[in-house]
Amino acid sequence: MERKTKIIAEDGKQELMITREFDLPLELLFKAYEEPAIVEQWMGTKVMKLENKQHGSWRFETSDPKGNVVFRSHGAIHEFVPNQKITRTFEMENTPFPVQLEYLEFEPLTDKTSKLTMHVIYKSVAVRDQLLKLPFAQGINRAHNRLEEIVTKLNR
Amino acid sequence: MNLRRDVFQAIADPTRRAILLLVASQSMTAGAIASNFDTARPTVSKHLQILTTCELLEQEQNGREIYYHINAEKMKEVADFIEPFRQMWDDRFNKLEDIMKNYPR
Repeated sequence: MERKTKIIAEDGKQELMITREFDLPLELLFKAYEEPAIVEQWMGTKVMKLENKQHGSWRFETSDPKGNVVFRSHGAIHEFVPNQKITRTFEMENTPFPVQLEYLEFEPLTDKTSKLTMHVIYKSVAVRDQLLKLPFAQGINRAHNRLEEIVTKLNR
Repeated sequence: MNLRRDVFQAIADPTRRAILLLVASQSMTAGAIASNFDTARPTVSKHLQILTTCELLEQEQNGREIYYHINAEKMKEVADFIEPFRQMWDDRFNKLEDIMKNYPR
């Protein structure tokens, strides 16, 4: 089973698709999006609010190691159908990027595997391309960071 | 030992990523950048220094002020531009999968 995350971002379009198959039954995949405490763990952010229902709103915050907030995102939920779909807006605070629309679809493949398709729509092609070009995707290379911490302390 | 300030290490930090997002479409002074964070000013300066050393940010003098802007060329260097974005989601989804595999049923 091809489990690697795939991105489809056609030239000249203001949308993209993110797909990923999981070695998880559908219910567990959906639960990971539904429960704030679980979202926090894999998104690496703090869930300040998450109202899983139509017209509900959500808000996430990411902090630096000292606890200062460095990133906030928020949005509204348009559709929430358990084990099927979440439709919501997503906006990053304090950035020039306008709000984006996200359609998340959850489907079973077998009784032990499932698939997520995220269809994200941006305000314009330029916005999408600019966002994709930002090198914010390297995420956290934990081993690398830990090594850096240790070496920095040694150098004091 | 000198840590090589390479691009990937620079962007491993969430504050630095937030700074890049901030400066994405308009150049800003260090003061203007710092005012967007609760983080202490010297810490923000250190982040700016790291980002400038690895050439993700460039400086330009405008009158008495120094403005920071994104180095578009360097950004292109960071692999194919979709790959880092894809990798970010892949990391998150791998984590999601690991967590839920251990979730009690």
